[in-house]
Amino acid sequence: MNLQPTIGLEIHVQLDTRTKMFCACELSFGEPPNTRTCPVCLGLPGALPVLNAQSIHFGLMIGHALGCELAPQSIFHRKNYFYPDLPKGFQISQYDAPLCRGGSLGDVRIDRVHLEEDAAKLNHVGVSGRIHGAGSSIVDFNRGGTPLVEVVTEPDLHDAEEARVWLALLAATMRQLGVSDVRMAEGSLRCDANVSLAPAGSGELGVKTELKNMNSFSFVKRGIEAEIARQRALLESGAEVVQQTLHFDPRSGNLTSLRSKEEAHDYRYFPEPDLVPIAIDEEMVQRAREAVGELPATRIARYEHLGLSAEHAHQFAFRPALGSFFEAVLSAADGASPRELATWTAHVAAALGERDPDASALEPAALAALVALVGAGRVAAGPARTVVLARLLSQGGDPARIVEQEGVGALDDDAGLADAVAAAIAEHPDAAERLRAGNAKAIGPIVGHVMRATKGRADGGEVTRLVHERLGL
Amino acid sequence: MLDRDQVLHVARLARLELTHDEVERMSRELSAVLDHIETISELDLESVAPTSHVIEIANALRADEPRPSLSREVALAGAPAVAEEGFEVPTPGS
Repeated sequence: MNLQPTIGLEIHVQLDTRTKMFCACELSFGEPPNTRTCPVCLGLPGALPVLNAQSIHFGLMIGHALGCELAPQSIFHRKNYFYPDLPKGFQISQYDAPLCRGGSLGDVRIDRVHLEEDAAKLNHVGVSGRIHGAGSSIVDFNRGGTPLVEVVTEPDLHDAEEARVWLALLAATMRQLGVSDVRMAEGSLRCDANVSLAPAGSGELGVKTELKNMNSFSFVKRGIEAEIARQRALLESGAEVVQQTLHFDPRSGNLTSLRSKEEAHDYRYFPEPDLVPIAIDEEMVQRAREAVGELPATRIARYEHLGLSAEHAHQFAFRPALGSFFEAVLSAADGASPRELATWTAHVAAALGERDPDASALEPAALAALVALVGAGRVAAGPARTVVLARLLSQGGDPARIVEQEGVGALDDDAGLADAVAAAIAEHPDAAERLRAGNAKAIGPIVGHVMRATKGRADGGEVTRLVHERLGL
Repeated sequence: MLDRDQVLHVARLARLELTHDEVERMSRELSAVLDHIETISELDLESVAPTSHVIEIANALRADEPRPSLSREVALAGAPAVAEEGFEVPTPGS
């Protein structure tokens, strides 16, 4: 039986506002427990919520970025359930009148985008680090009331890796918009996945299960893989998938069923009477539209159109600092191909690791000049990268001068290089023999010898040409 | 008429413990409320937008500017139990 998986995602992203969604408490970044609370976010009797304008602005920016339809009028609902991290006994969320509907990102359609408040944090281990007495937990309300945007996709994904890549695109989009820092490890982006399997081409969806609360790209991938394997085994053995909510433990790789209390989904939504409707006017829509810059998906398309490899296009689009650096190199360059400039920008990224190019001494114009020197054959690619670029990154300066100072200028195909080739062939008669006999790989030791002798200054292509010429090949 | 099980289900969702007599009374009273809503449903309201709020205003928004929070001592003052700088609660499900 050829079973095809179908996956839909629900993503919660914490918004980077200064204050909480319905009160003026500052958002918390590791402050001591219960120091960012007030009567509103503690759910004290008589306290009334007032909506943060910035959360609507960010919601509309996301709506624009995902091509959603922005609801002219939307309202908040109460989602009722009891849990210690929810002091009011309900979460303020949106139900049948969300801020945004429809839209898409890449090949995945968006069902809806809505706003809601985050719950508090329930700790089973106290600040002292010791495991608290069995049967009791500690609530820290610092996080309670943080604005969240929830993005719900249509079931348009079909494997775990595809889901991981798409989620990374969504995260990059949020980061580029500046609406969230998207630090997954700290829980600022959390993902649920709905997974089902059905015979390929049947046009039907199987019984789905929901994987809850995964907070890293790789956990999302591994969790979905594990669930697809579990459902496949069930269906292939003739058993049925039971609709349930699952938790994926990334350490053990196990899936466990979250006890499904029958009332768990009986949330009795009703319109939040303490909040008035949100009516989007043209000015709010316009302001949000202007705040949306170029998005990763658009950037990828533009870079690929410039001739960049898919890998570089993704790399620069997903890391805005790298993308801006590349753009600066591109505008400083005179004649070099964007693809070549991208390769060198990627060298810079590889050398810097997590650091952004702005944090190094390298000027975009200097990189463009170095690429031009390489293109003109004034310095070979090897030393240009290992010697000149390394110095530009640490000290900056003029590449042509550095080439001169370091003595790494390319050797012309003059007597010097020809002599080096002759000497290398003489040193490696076996290799020369095998090369003559048609073993192309045998050239390695000879070229290596020339490179060592010239300290990498020789151009590899030129050396190969000279070796062949000398051996009469 | 709401049956006994429906009343008990709603009571459980609201974490209410009802006596036998209260279940009987709630069954009658809630049914009367629902009947009244049934009556409203008989009206032709096709062209009337649902009312979500009694005041006809929109966009009561607040600028994103912080104001001081409560001190932890004050925040925890009403807590039934305090431990580890937080509200101590029974672990859910335990």
